[in-house]
Amino acid sequence: MTNNLFYGIGLPYHKLNRKTLQGKLIVIEGADCSGRSTQVAMLKEWLEANGHAVLDTGLRRSDLVSEAIEEAKRGNTLGKKTLSLLYATDFADQLENKIVPSMKAGFIVLADRYFFTLMVRDLVRGADKEWLKELFGFALVPDQTFYLSVDPDTLLHRALIKYGHLDYWESGMDVGFSSDMFNSFTKYQTALKDKFDELDMDYGFDKIDGQRSPDEIQEYIRKKVSALLNKKAPAYRLRPD
Amino acid sequence: MTKVGGDIDELPGKLYIVEGCDGSGKSTQLYLLKKWLESQGYFVFFTEWNSSELLKKFTKKAKRKNLLTPTTFSLIHATDFADRYEKLMLPHLRAGHIVLADRYIYTAYARDIARGCDPEWLRNLYKFAAKPSIAFYYKAPLEISLSRILTGRDEIKYHEAGMDLGLSNDPVESFKLFQGIIKKQYDHMAKPEGFTVMDATRSIEEQQAEMRRIVARDLAGYVSPVSNAQEMRRATPEGSI
Repeated sequence: MTNNLFYGIGLPYHKLNRKTLQGKLIVIEGADCSGRSTQVAMLKEWLEANGHAVLDTGLRRSDLVSEAIEEAKRGNTLGKKTLSLLYATDFADQLENKIVPSMKAGFIVLADRYFFTLMVRDLVRGADKEWLKELFGFALVPDQTFYLSVDPDTLLHRALIKYGHLDYWESGMDVGFSSDMFNSFTKYQTALKDKFDELDMDYGFDKIDGQRSPDEIQEYIRKKVSALLNKKAPAYRLRPD
Repeated sequence: MTKVGGDIDELPGKLYIVEGCDGSGKSTQLYLLKKWLESQGYFVFFTEWNSSELLKKFTKKAKRKNLLTPTTFSLIHATDFADRYEKLMLPHLRAGHIVLADRYIYTAYARDIARGCDPEWLRNLYKFAAKPSIAFYYKAPLEISLSRILTGRDEIKYHEAGMDLGLSNDPVESFKLFQGIIKKQYDHMAKPEGFTVMDATRSIEEQQAEMRRIVARDLAGYVSPVSNAQEMRRATPEGSI
C-alpha cells in the first residue's frame, strides 16, 4: 500500500501528507465502562506535563449533528442506515474540523473512540462490512490504536455500579436480542466484543486486557506512546490484507 | 426492481425519478405525471430531495454556518436521503406502490463529484438505494435552464450557487459555473446509469406526452396492490401517510 495516510480514498480535495500533518493521532477504543476515559485523562495529564499540546476528542461531540443524534435517540425514529450515516457525518466533521487542523498545528490528538466503534455497532445491527470499510475510507490511519478489551460480565457490574441502572442503548435494546434488558446487555456486549475482535484482525489494534488495574494499563500505554514520540521516521504500515 | 449492490431482493413497486439541472422543468413534468397516474386510479407516493423532517433544520443550520466540507456535505445529504429512503420510499416499494422522486442519488453524485468527492466512494455510499425503474434526465442547454432559473430571482443561496467551490466571488457567476459542472456530470452519467434522456427544450405538453408513453409501457403488467386507491385515500386524512 503506497498511500497509508488514510484507510481509503481519504479527503481528496485537501492536500494532506505526513509533512503537513505533524501531530500524532492516538486512539483508545473499547466498550462503555471499559476504562477508556480514565486512560485518556491520565495520558493527557502526562503528555501535557511533558510539554506536548493535546487535543482530546470523542464521538458525538461535533457541533454539526450532535443535536440531531440526541433528538433521534430520544425518539428512536431513525432507520439503521440513517443512524449510521448520521454518526458517520458527525465523525467526518470532527475529523476534518478538529483532528486534521490540530495535527497540522502539531498537536497530539487523543481520540476517545474512533470510527471502529461506529463500525462495530453497525455490524452488530447487520450492516455490510465492505460498505462500512469503504464509507470510512476518508479516515486517517491513527499512529496508534489501543483497544481495551473487557469481558461483558465485568462490563455489566461496572455499568451497574457506575450508573445504578442499565442503559437502553448500551444494552442494545433496539437490536432485539431480548426484551429483557439484563439479558440483552450481555448478549449485545458479547456481540460487540466479537466484532471488535474481528476488526482487530483487519486493522490491527494494540489490544489491552482492560481487566488489569488502571495504573498498569496506563504504564503500558505511556511506554508505547513514548516509543512513538521518540521515533524519528515512523514506519507507517497497514497490515497486509 | 432489484436492489443495487448485488442484493437480489425483489421489490414489487415502481420507482420513477427525475434528474436535471435547476430550471430544466423536471419538477413540472413529474407533477404532471403524478396527476395523470392518479387520474388513472393508481396510488402514487411522491417525495423530493432534501425534505426529511428530522434533518431539515439541522441541514439548514449547518449550511447557514458554512461548517460543511465536501465530505460532511455529502454525508449529511446521504443521511437525509437514507432517512427518506428507509422511512418512506422503501416501505412503499416493498408494498408494491408507485414512488415518484424529484431528484434521487444522481443529484448527490453530480453535486458531490463537483465538490471534489471521489466517485467510487459516492457509489458505495448510496449502494443501499434501489435502482429506479426509470430515471428521467431532463436535458436542456445551459443557457435555457439558467435563464429560466435566474429570471425574477434576486438571491441565490450560498451552497445553491456552489460558492463553497470558490469558482467566483459573484453568486450569479458562481451559479452559472457550478450548473455547468453539474450538467457535465449528468451528461457523463447518462449512459452508464441508464438514464432516459428527455429533450427539455420541447413544449411542456410534448415532453409530458412522451413521459406518459414511456411510463405506460413500463407499467404494462403492473397491478396496483390497492385496487381501491381512491377510496383508501379518501378514508385516510391528509398528512397521515
